[in-house]
Amino acid sequence: MPIDATMVEEAVTAVLREMNLFSPAEKTQEKEPSLQAVIPQITPAVPVVVPIAQLPAAEPVKQEENTAHKDFSDPQALERMLQKTSARIGVGKTGARLRTDTLLHLRADHAAARDAVILDVDASLLDALGLFAVQTKCTNRNEHLTRPDLGKIFEQETLNELLQKCKTGADVQIFASDGLSSRAIEANLANILPVLNDALAIHGLSAGTPFFVKYGRVAAQDTLAEALGCKVICTLIGERPGLGSAESMSAYIAYKPTVGMPEANRTVVSNIYSGGTPAAEAGAYIADLVVKMIEQQASGVNLK
Amino acid sequence: MKQSPDNSLLSVGIDIGTSTTQVIFSRLQMANTASYFAVPKISIVAKDVVYKGGIHETPLLDLQKIDMEAIRRIIEWEYASAGCTPAAVGTGAVIITGESARKENANAAVQALSGFAGDFVVATAGPDLEAVIAGKGSGAQQYSADNNCVVMNLDIGGGTTNIAVFEGERILSKACLDIGGRLVRYDESGIVTYVSPAAAKVAQTLGLALSVGSHANETLLSALSKKMANLLDQLLGLAPKELLLDDLQTRGSTPFSCPKPIAALCFSGGVADAIYFMQNDYQQYKDIGVYLGASIRESSLTRAFTVIKPKETIRATVIGAGSYTTTVSGSTIHYSPNLFPLKNIPVLRLSDEEERALFAGSLDLQGPFRWFLEQSGAENIVISLKGKTDVRYDELQAAAAVFARCVHAHLPTRLPALISLERDMAKALGVVLRQAMPERPLLCVDGIYAEHNDYMDFGNPLMGGLVIPVVVKSLIFG
Repeated sequence: MPIDATMVEEAVTAVLREMNLFSPAEKTQEKEPSLQAVIPQITPAVPVVVPIAQLPAAEPVKQEENTAHKDFSDPQALERMLQKTSARIGVGKTGARLRTDTLLHLRADHAAARDAVILDVDASLLDALGLFAVQTKCTNRNEHLTRPDLGKIFEQETLNELLQKCKTGADVQIFASDGLSSRAIEANLANILPVLNDALAIHGLSAGTPFFVKYGRVAAQDTLAEALGCKVICTLIGERPGLGSAESMSAYIAYKPTVGMPEANRTVVSNIYSGGTPAAEAGAYIADLVVKMIEQQASGVNLK
Repeated sequence: MKQSPDNSLLSVGIDIGTSTTQVIFSRLQMANTASYFAVPKISIVAKDVVYKGGIHETPLLDLQKIDMEAIRRIIEWEYASAGCTPAAVGTGAVIITGESARKENANAAVQALSGFAGDFVVATAGPDLEAVIAGKGSGAQQYSADNNCVVMNLDIGGGTTNIAVFEGERILSKACLDIGGRLVRYDESGIVTYVSPAAAKVAQTLGLALSVGSHANETLLSALSKKMANLLDQLLGLAPKELLLDDLQTRGSTPFSCPKPIAALCFSGGVADAIYFMQNDYQQYKDIGVYLGASIRESSLTRAFTVIKPKETIRATVIGAGSYTTTVSGSTIHYSPNLFPLKNIPVLRLSDEEERALFAGSLDLQGPFRWFLEQSGAENIVISLKGKTDVRYDELQAAAAVFARCVHAHLPTRLPALISLERDMAKALGVVLRQAMPERPLLCVDGIYAEHNDYMDFGNPLMGGLVIPVVVKSLIFG
């Protein structure tokens, strides 16, 4: 559907709120307590800081005001520190402000984070992976961001479609969902899915028919598990982007979840992306978790 | 580790040095350092030395042979005195160092003793490895990591000076010289009873009359050790280099070259005590150790560089062997049951170019694999590689196909395929390999750096099977 300027403005405001860029007072207005409870923190970032030596000389700035180089008597020590953190350290300043280069990086990263939330997952990726797409009760991106309750439920006809297209009663049902970062799905899904499937096959577990859920929230898995009658359900969903990376994905896994169950019954593997746990490796690890869940008939904090 | 929680390991260190043999026990504590919401990351979080044994003279049968029986008695005595049994020891290393590594039966001794000391106590030898272990045991590496600076550790023992330069976790360079405190020995009456070939070379250069039976006077010993200290100055560029310096480079060690300026020096080994503390009796050990220590204290070295105090001097190597040889693998790995322990497996390292071909599926690994297997004379080998940061599924399949073909052609089915990676991808590769070779036992670990011609040991899984203890080492006898 066409998007007008007001909708974009609303969406951006919602995103900013999600990203904790508003004041703490506003943060309490978060509409999605379950997601907040289970996503631990903004993911560690990919270093975006340019080593001090490569920083271009800020020509419009007077020499004595640019203190970035002067502050570091041991540039190698700075290099070593930079290797240990993804924070924007050692970037210098111009008077009381950030240097142009730093500011541009920040704005570019912020733009990437917003794009990750607002854009849809590339349909050709889903086609290539043989996934069909269904949609929650949200009808557009704005609603997805402002009405988390609708992102957990489905129209009856959608559930009927799923029952028609999917194998029911599988050991494990896997599905992907955009969540708060479509980029995360685009970056990781092709690497995690086949390894996860291979690993489940090695353990002799049957997998349901995978699909994609547009405008999804984590708890959508409860509705879907009830509908499809699987033992374990695994949702691969985009994490709320940070300024470091917009590509981080989480896997939420639950043993026979029910609508309204405590969030503590979910097991989460977060930080799945090139700078955290690589997608393929996470896939192999998740299979082990699923095996454990089926053995113990439990997930989340009940899983030992 | 037996009969105790699998989140800690009792580790033994045994050092059979030129002049002394020592035993220590330490406890390695492991923990998951990742958050509850992420993939586990197991690391060794504490290394506590729980027992320090005595300092025993290394027993020799003659100049060419180590007295294995006597060493075995020393070790048995130390185990009993520490209240430990070989069965309670989960890991550890026997290292044979300095001139002891050049004895005829050095290899046999270290292998036999490692077997006796515990199931997963590994045998190690080699001047470079010794340097690194001593530098970790002395605390030089920790100092470097804590203070973000480049630190050189010089472990000066009876037969050799083992040098390692650390920059945090990284080892910048290693070297070993035949300079030590017991290269010349004499009896109560000052008659020389032993002159090592290296000491003879130094004496010859100086024109000193030094041979077995001659009289060891103060002037001569002092001149000899001053020259040795001067050779260390030469190594660090504080004095013009002489040919003699090359002559004293220990066989099998790396020539010294350091790419970065050194911020601090740290001395360990038996001679270090004589560097840090003035000694009254220069002849208390009937060797040149105290002379050498005093010469180094008065040399340009200690004036040109900041000298830091080590946490250990004479025990640096044995503590390094007990506390710093064992590492743990990455926490997402793949292995078949009942494989462990695997010991002394030679490492075939793939070049960057070979890796590129591997992940493109075009690498012909069979030639190098067969050649290395024959060359090493071992039953099996480990393939070591860097791996990829965010590996794609098709790359995993390509690599698995290359490995499967190669292993199928050159290893009997009962032998495991062994693969060691640096980057976090072993579990994923294991899954894909498992499908490519369903019948074969398999070990695929990551988080480990191993160079070509290193050896690897793999112990029983720990922390509920998440990780395995790994030792990467050399086995070079002089």
